[in-house]
Amino acid sequence: MSEIVGEVGRQEEDTQKGKFLTFLVGKEEYGIEIKYVTEIIGGIQAITEVPEVPEYVKGIINLRGKIIPVMDVNLRFRKDARDYDDRTCIIVIDIDDLSVGLIVDNVAEVVSIADEEIVPPPDARAGFQNRYIKGIGKAGNAVKLLLDCQRLLSNEHLESLHQFPDQPK
Amino acid sequence: MYKGFSKEPMLEMFIFESLQLAEQLEQTILANEKARCLEQNVINEIFRIMHTIKGSAAMMMFDGIASVAHSIEDLFYYIRESCPENLEYSTICDLVLGSIDYIKREIAKLEQDCDLDGDPKALIAAVGEYLSVIRGNSGENTAKIDDVPLLAAGEKKFYIATSKSSVETGNIRYRALVFFSSDCEMENIRAFNIVHQLKDQVEEIDYLPADIIENNATADFIRENGFDILFTSRLVPERLKEFFLKDPFVDHLDLRVIEDEGPVDEPLKARKQIIAADTEEAPEQGRQPVNCRQSMISVNVGKLDQLMDMVGELVISEAMVTFNPDLATAVSLDNFHKAVRQHRKIINELQDIVMSIRMVPLSMTFMKMNRIVRDMSKKLNKDVILEISGEDTEVDKNIIEHLSDPLMHLIRNATDHGIESREERKRLGKPPVARVQLEAKNEGGDVYIVVRDDGAGLNKEKILVKAQAQGLIQKPESELSDREIYSAILLPGFSTTEVISQFSGRGVGMDVVAKNIEAVRGTVLIDSSPGLGTTVSLKIPLTLAIISGMQVKVGNAVYIIPITSIKESFKARPGDIFVDPDNNEMIMVRGRCYPVVRLHRRYQVKTDITEIADGIIVIVENDSRFLCLFADALLGEQQVVVKALPKFMGKIEGISGCTLLGNGKACLILDVAGLIKPD
Repeated sequence: MSEIVGEVGRQEEDTQKGKFLTFLVGKEEYGIEIKYVTEIIGGIQAITEVPEVPEYVKGIINLRGKIIPVMDVNLRFRKDARDYDDRTCIIVIDIDDLSVGLIVDNVAEVVSIADEEIVPPPDARAGFQNRYIKGIGKAGNAVKLLLDCQRLLSNEHLESLHQFPDQPK
Repeated sequence: MYKGFSKEPMLEMFIFESLQLAEQLEQTILANEKARCLEQNVINEIFRIMHTIKGSAAMMMFDGIASVAHSIEDLFYYIRESCPENLEYSTICDLVLGSIDYIKREIAKLEQDCDLDGDPKALIAAVGEYLSVIRGNSGENTAKIDDVPLLAAGEKKFYIATSKSSVETGNIRYRALVFFSSDCEMENIRAFNIVHQLKDQVEEIDYLPADIIENNATADFIRENGFDILFTSRLVPERLKEFFLKDPFVDHLDLRVIEDEGPVDEPLKARKQIIAADTEEAPEQGRQPVNCRQSMISVNVGKLDQLMDMVGELVISEAMVTFNPDLATAVSLDNFHKAVRQHRKIINELQDIVMSIRMVPLSMTFMKMNRIVRDMSKKLNKDVILEISGEDTEVDKNIIEHLSDPLMHLIRNATDHGIESREERKRLGKPPVARVQLEAKNEGGDVYIVVRDDGAGLNKEKILVKAQAQGLIQKPESELSDREIYSAILLPGFSTTEVISQFSGRGVGMDVVAKNIEAVRGTVLIDSSPGLGTTVSLKIPLTLAIISGMQVKVGNAVYIIPITSIKESFKARPGDIFVDPDNNEMIMVRGRCYPVVRLHRRYQVKTDITEIADGIIVIVENDSRFLCLFADALLGEQQVVVKALPKFMGKIEGISGCTLLGNGKACLILDVAGLIKPD
């Protein structure tokens, strides 16, 4: 029984492999692995603001009875805030049982990028401060910046806010 | 939770029943250990429980459990039959508790789908050895004073106990010999029918022949010799006769009242057949009203959780209907409002019932602590008694699960660190037997669980020094209250004990307490006075799921304040507010001065209402500390379903969770305790 489930799971993984959802933030086009994406909400719904969180965490929304936090990717990348319009979307991603909505300017398309077409970002030793990009994919003539979802959600900001004193073991 | 469903129903039932029996047995043993003697009915009970466990384990082919239960059964059979004089109660207790532990361990393995690999040989050997010891000595006239003189005291006790109990409860032992009419056929089935009907009316049924259902040959036996039933009942003989003769197949009946358990019924006893667990437990009802299992069913907690969720959704959707914006355009709403009122009343009642279903008394959790205190006082060589009160206080099932571990740690800490050694207590002139009190009580919407010991108390200086050395406390000493210093022991990694004992000292204990209690949105308060003891109070909410809250508006935002913490609300005049040099605002109400927190400032919300006179002041209370919250307006009371903030947000001071409003918008629930806490 479990073998069959595993088989199906693998197949599903295979069909999703190498596919990226691309979206626009500012001028740049970014991509995230499709396996993390659970849904896309068109248009911005009412966001409840939550105090004492970083500016880029816009608050919480009600997604069919489930409460999920949303973050503005523009602000997360330390860019200027943009007004939301009817092209603004919330991409809901699910990583390690953590659902988060990403507010992006525009969702573009789903593209397949083969592993050979992905190059690593410039070396950090070359003075390139890279925090969220795990690779750069080539699709046709365009270049997509592939996001590292884990790092996007890593809440070092929260840890620094709620830091405990060093705990001697 | 749903994993449980995948198990075979038989196995599920076995696990449930055996665990319950083991629990019951453990409590019986502990309750009687204090009395230091075994009454006849206790011996019978232990024998019966072990027999049931053995029977069902053998049926399920769990040989380990069956053989352990069998050995204990042997031991008690011997004790019951020959009443040896030289019983050492503590040894017997150790043996029985040891076997209970073994059985519980094995059952735990069953639950996790592991193989049963525990080796019962050592246990069985120990029991067997002890049995041969008492057997060997039973003829001799040993005159050990310390030992329990079971025959002398025990037997006398037994006689008194029976007569007493029959006076008190009106329970009479009967023996009925039923003869069926000669042409009725299938006597065994008729007999079973009688037993089945009898079960509802009487307790402790025994019958001969025992295998009436399985063995058709018994029909002949019954035809020849009659069907022999032994039972106890509150009913008078006349009523019972009436009951038996009601059955059309019963020809005649010989009903006798049995004065004592003489040899008459021994053959019956020996062939004792366990009918069903519920008959076995029936005699418990009189003595332990808390554990009363009459007319109760056991339900999978997963289903209850689902039910709770559904009711939560219902509450939200009710708000969605009654506050629907479309209603604003309607012309006449009189009938609608009438229907809404009725609707709301029913939902409220439904909610109350669901809540009450989920409420479980703390007694089971508290009873477990008896065992811990017993084991520890033995190992640590301290005389400690545990006093339990308020164990019938009920809390939500989900909260109970979070209480077992913290209580265990607190009790351990109290016994290990709190209570001084025997010599020390003697030197200090304290009573030689130390007391640990475990108390539960309801107060408002909260339950308080208090663990109090009369030991040495916490060493404030030592805690402070240690906490500062470990960097757990940064503030200077002068700014710290006693409570704050004591609270340092709740921080992870803190431990003042130099010696790590078997039970505690690794510095993880109190951390676990704090974490678990925090998980159910409770708080831990520690008070202590040197030389007199320590009191740890756990304050936990009655329920997690649905609270009634007051909606307050601040700018565009809406916050919920739990109704239970609101004392009053009023409009202030501009002159009422005064400001101290640190810019802290205060207000005087009926001669008392309260600090004022403006919610729009605290949470940086834009609002037009900044003048005190335009908004509203809400006085909230927590732990007899007060605070005035300034908001734009009150929007009304509503039942809200509490949901946790997404983990991603981390913990936000002053916010305890969030909920969904009728319009589908998420809104935040204020944590009054967090707001009042000085930073």
